[in-house]
Amino acid sequence: MKRVVIRGGRVIDPAGNLDGLYNIYVMGGRVARILPAESDAGGVDAGSPDVELIDASGLLVTPGLVDIHTHLREPGFEYKETIKTGTGAAAAGGFTTILCMANTMPVNDNQSVTRYIIKKAQAEGAVKVRPVGAVSCGLKGERLAEIAELKEAGCVAVSDDGFPVANPNLMRRALEYTRGVGIPLITHAEDPVITGSGVMNEGSVSTMLGLRGIPAAGEASMVARDIMLAELAGGRLHIAHVSTMGAVECIRRAKEKGLSVTAEVTPHHLKFTDESLSGYNTDFKMNPPLRTQKDVDALKEALKDGTIDCIATDHAPHSVIEKDVEFVSAANGVIGLETAFSALYPLVEEGSLTLPELVGLMTLNPSRAMNLDSGTLAVGAPADITIIDLEKTWVVEPGEIKSRSKNTPFAGLEMKSRVVRTIVDGDTVYKG
Amino acid sequence: MKLERKDLLAIKDLSAGEISLLLDTAASFKEISEREIKKVPTLRGKTIINLFYEPSTRTRTSFEIAAKRMSADAVNISVSTSSVVKGETLKDTAMNLEAMRPGCIVIRHCSAGTPAMLAGYLDCSVVNAGDGAHEHPSQALLDIFTVREKKGFIEGLKVAIIGDIAHSRVARSNVYGFTKLGAEVTVAGPPTMMPPGMETLGCRTTSDPMEAISGADVIIMLRIQMERQKESFFPSIREYAKLYGLDTMKLKEAKEDVLIMHPGPINRGVEISSEVADGPYSLILEQVTNGVAVRMAIFYLLLGGARDDE
Repeated sequence: MKRVVIRGGRVIDPAGNLDGLYNIYVMGGRVARILPAESDAGGVDAGSPDVELIDASGLLVTPGLVDIHTHLREPGFEYKETIKTGTGAAAAGGFTTILCMANTMPVNDNQSVTRYIIKKAQAEGAVKVRPVGAVSCGLKGERLAEIAELKEAGCVAVSDDGFPVANPNLMRRALEYTRGVGIPLITHAEDPVITGSGVMNEGSVSTMLGLRGIPAAGEASMVARDIMLAELAGGRLHIAHVSTMGAVECIRRAKEKGLSVTAEVTPHHLKFTDESLSGYNTDFKMNPPLRTQKDVDALKEALKDGTIDCIATDHAPHSVIEKDVEFVSAANGVIGLETAFSALYPLVEEGSLTLPELVGLMTLNPSRAMNLDSGTLAVGAPADITIIDLEKTWVVEPGEIKSRSKNTPFAGLEMKSRVVRTIVDGDTVYKG
Repeated sequence: MKLERKDLLAIKDLSAGEISLLLDTAASFKEISEREIKKVPTLRGKTIINLFYEPSTRTRTSFEIAAKRMSADAVNISVSTSSVVKGETLKDTAMNLEAMRPGCIVIRHCSAGTPAMLAGYLDCSVVNAGDGAHEHPSQALLDIFTVREKKGFIEGLKVAIIGDIAHSRVARSNVYGFTKLGAEVTVAGPPTMMPPGMETLGCRTTSDPMEAISGADVIIMLRIQMERQKESFFPSIREYAKLYGLDTMKLKEAKEDVLIMHPGPINRGVEISSEVADGPYSLILEQVTNGVAVRMAIFYLLLGGARDDE
């Protein structure tokens, strides 16, 4: 049986309340033992031919990162991303489990598509892929997809991501039905009518650029509606990519009331504001759009106080065909898997979060929100482990990106901290 | 004197000195259009392409005439006749046009930022002839030119811009242009058509047209798009005209020698009454005349061999 020993790293495992220098022993793809580095005599396994020794001294060792919001584009849009390239990007970003959204072609609204994705991921995927099924057939918001069968086939959540479930009655029924099935519902909360043909946050920057704005109130009002419907219907509501202070306030009130609501925020919404659009660079165009500094500050505060549960990238690959065009016509979305941790580490350096908090937001918390068994280094858990060099600096070069698409807003930025190794079930799937 | 830039994309980018240079140059070219032979050889051998993705009579014709009076060869491309209908991307269209070695591409497009995008791809000069609700620099230059010609100066003038500010590239370019030269600009319109943070461009804002008109030296009325009514920006043309349309009654509050301008085409009886449009204070047709001189100046300063690298 293959054994791996990761020695001397600073191990942070929020699930086990671990933060210190430990040696991790992996056997048969699972965590076998974790011993304090100081008192661990070690060496017992050294020299044995089937033991892989990994020296992690000076490095951070965490449970494999978990991203509950990605778009892998396969089937249907393989020119943007495939399960192979997308999971390769995930591995390079330290993610060992990722959820992929249903807006493929065909839409993942039935078992055959779910099974295709899972099979493809098992054959070609570098990391674990857990599909998210559609709430409604074809993401059209008209009638429910066969959600119980989607779950049976392997979907861990349902979402019409990309679109809100605009019809409140369908949303109510979806929440009721998913309560019975026992699967979370991820909402893309946006009032489509008030968004209209908006292409960026509505505010002084949109006024200056002459671009149609998307008012922040359109997110908050839909979050408020969804929370009220969740209160009525029950069900596990998860709010995707929160971008506004108004939405944060709605979620905070819901949590104070004890409602079963969780929420995520993306690295780019924590890093950039609408000011980044002043050059009409379509690599900063996404939905929800980049907001104002006031919103960014509210999002950081919400991460700190637990109003927002976790971080998710909303990795959304688009090719130059969709991005190298007029701003108004350009597709929404940016990639984010390979830059996520590095983009967020400044939050620790500036004191907004502690390092264990950041690790929790990318491992245990997203796993809990989606009822996954990942995000922990508990003995017996799958040995999904990420090793990060917090001191390493690097510049994001689009040419070096593993994702098939290069639409990153981080292009050219200098980053501090980088994932240096990603381990899935005891096997190294990425080494930087 | 030179314009140290490849492109003319936005008044926001220009310094007061650059604006003055453009205006001075336009003043020296205006006389050409008064001659019997309205042509000078200055830009002989240069090719100027007018690439218009939005319908336009006035602006496109003005750019074309300006090019021809400078002896440049002007080619007009409008959406319906180009390969756009074949699904070619704008970038590909522009790269193909540039492969024919024009000196300048003048572009109008409904999507804000498109001229800037093209300017990044192309080595030739790019002139923004209006992009979405962003900017319309040549219109602002001709408006400022017209005012300066009448008043002799811009600094200290009170300028009112009234109408649909949210959707107006003319308003934005004029706010930047007039304020850079020291005028005080107030924009007025119903709150539904006043974009958020408009003050950050350097103007005052109000929903009361009288606040803008009273004491104004210059009033620029903006065209109201009839379809805005369907989008609930205002209840009816009738009520809009009553509240915001410029008529002789409202005009009484302005300075005695007020100048009335409109980028055209005008909706008579909506944003401007016929008495005002055809009245003694109206400069609407002079704006059109001056537009040619201003565009000649733009071409000259971008293409006329005045740049360092040529």
